[in-house]
Amino acid sequence: MSSHTSNYTPSTGIEKWLDDRLPLIRFSKEHLMDYPTPRNLNYWWTGGAILTFMLAAQIVTGIILAMHYTPQVDLAFDSVEHIRRDVNSGRIIQATHAVGASMFFAAVYMHIFRGLYFGSYKAPREILWILGVIIFLLMMATAFMGYVLPWGQMSFWAAAVITNIFAAIPVIGDPILQLLRGGFAVDNPTLNRFFSLHYLLPFIIAAVVGLHIWALHVPGNNNPVGVEVKSERDTLPFHPFYTMKDLFAVVVFCIPFAWFVFFAPDILGHPDNYIQANPLVTPPHIVPEWYFLPFYAILRAIDFNFILDSKLLGVIAFGGSILILFFLPWLDTSKVRSGTFRPMFKWFYWVFVANFVLLTWYGAQAPDMKVLGNFTVADTSKLSVLYYFAYFIVILPLLSRFEKPRPLPNSISEAVLKPAPATN
Amino acid sequence: MIKISTIFAAGLIALGLAAPVVAQEHQTPQIERQQWSFAGIFGKYDEHQLQRGFQVFREVCANCHGAKLLAFRNLAEEGGPMFSEEQVKALAAEYTINDPEAEGGTRKGLTSDRWPGTGQSDADQIAAFGIVPPDLSVIAKARSITSPFPQWIFNYFTTYSEGGPDYLHALLMGYEETPPEGAEIPDGKFYNHVFPGHAIGMPPPLADGQVPYANEDGSEVPAEMLTAEQYSKDVSAFLMWVAEPHLNSQKAAGFRVLTFLILFAVLMWFVKQRLWRRVH
Repeated sequence: MSSHTSNYTPSTGIEKWLDDRLPLIRFSKEHLMDYPTPRNLNYWWTGGAILTFMLAAQIVTGIILAMHYTPQVDLAFDSVEHIRRDVNSGRIIQATHAVGASMFFAAVYMHIFRGLYFGSYKAPREILWILGVIIFLLMMATAFMGYVLPWGQMSFWAAAVITNIFAAIPVIGDPILQLLRGGFAVDNPTLNRFFSLHYLLPFIIAAVVGLHIWALHVPGNNNPVGVEVKSERDTLPFHPFYTMKDLFAVVVFCIPFAWFVFFAPDILGHPDNYIQANPLVTPPHIVPEWYFLPFYAILRAIDFNFILDSKLLGVIAFGGSILILFFLPWLDTSKVRSGTFRPMFKWFYWVFVANFVLLTWYGAQAPDMKVLGNFTVADTSKLSVLYYFAYFIVILPLLSRFEKPRPLPNSISEAVLKPAPATN
Repeated sequence: MIKISTIFAAGLIALGLAAPVVAQEHQTPQIERQQWSFAGIFGKYDEHQLQRGFQVFREVCANCHGAKLLAFRNLAEEGGPMFSEEQVKALAAEYTINDPEAEGGTRKGLTSDRWPGTGQSDADQIAAFGIVPPDLSVIAKARSITSPFPQWIFNYFTTYSEGGPDYLHALLMGYEETPPEGAEIPDGKFYNHVFPGHAIGMPPPLADGQVPYANEDGSEVPAEMLTAEQYSKDVSAFLMWVAEPHLNSQKAAGFRVLTFLILFAVLMWFVKQRLWRRVH
């Protein structure tokens, strides 16, 4: 399954017996211990461990919450309060799950932007990247459905607004809408199916994560200089070097996580979600959770008709902003992976990051809010949407024609090790 | 490799883009933040304040508002008003609870019962106030105040979570007998400069001297404690406790967890350094 061979030799009779039937130990040794990893990975490469930890944390806390939660419109809100008030450590478990969603997305955004900067999507890692985008999509679906379950005002109205997006699709839009909602409006069937799917999807994510790691272990890790591994001198065994470094990163990541869970569990949420869902009262501002804001801003920015209806165009832009990531490996034409050696790319990249932050901010504002002079959020956010797409469709495909990359090091070890290593 | 200076430059670009945006943020009347004993990472409820707040809640708020998630037993629990078991038992017994299994359909309240509600029907309340007064179980978390830029960034570091009580206190103190010129208040509504739309159905609930606080030893309560301002603060703190009853124990657990994590992180750092020294 991968290019390297294991140096595992079963030492006892039982290990030998097992190795001939189901080589679990051999597999673990190959992939969790001996897996040759570039020696120059920096802390941006600890995202995988952090994300795996977060997925596990969400699944464990989620399973416990499901034991006490009632997916019924009249009982759901109070059952979440029951968890907070009456279940042993319930407030902490519930807060860990809710804050955990935010931390999970914070980590996944760092992981994605690391990939974008260091060109981790380029050959031979296209499938690895595509699987990552699939995980991201599944995460978004899971988080959205999970947010509906407490059945507060924002839960309900987020469900109404987001499912309604599908209605813009011609012909099949309405049937999809009714299938999602289990009826014509968001109601008990919606809550039931969202609960069911919210429990299912994390396990599908876990399966795709398995594929993601498989696809990682075939070509091996990309690295900060973006030069492929050439000899054994370029690598270190995964264990103990990266297991310990990753564990350190996970523990550090848990510090802000715990900070929010124990001292400000609701600071990332919206107060309206402490009001039980009421189909008759629309909240003044319906805003999604922070991690959806950039894409929400893209959806809202398209408020004009152009050949197609604005609503459909918005949905195309919204969907396109994520689907375009699938094509990224072929859109970026530069042979150089790492942004470090691409003097022009760097600038476009950081403007892209800043633009993404700006989109997040736009997503949280009212569209008619004045930004610059008489220009409103609805006006200026169009520029951000334009840059978002131009980065993928225009800049990355053309940049390699104009850019002169800096010379690459011959190998990873040359890039990191001193000229004459005395002890190695 | 991503250099710190590059991240810094990107941050500046982002701020540069955001700065003009922020300067234009529209002006909403800013609600003043209060000092709360339970604010910040070291904050804890003041049980005396919660006891006073409960008295205000019981004698004023509970006439029209329910609190269906509050159980009598909660009032004796650690981290709350900490009334004694006997006090709570006696208090619960003062209420009549509807129970179809009891003889005659009603019985005396037990500590395991939830707060019994107002006894008024929704229709009566709508006739009186134009709406059904909201249940107060989680009201302190269902309301908040907005923090302008850059204050909201600091909120994450100060763990500001008292927007609810800040809002409730401002609302209770926000009534004006004579509405400002141009403000149209329909019949049966009251002008409140904090309430969205300014026309609120709730009559001004608190007045100086209205709730007779009493010291346990019978000594006189100073007059400055018997003001609407003080009642308002006490009941806002009480409602925060009703909404977040485990706040004290949660913060205590937080300290243990953070201490562990920081020590663990330091140890892992040394493990990692020692391991990697060989290969650098």
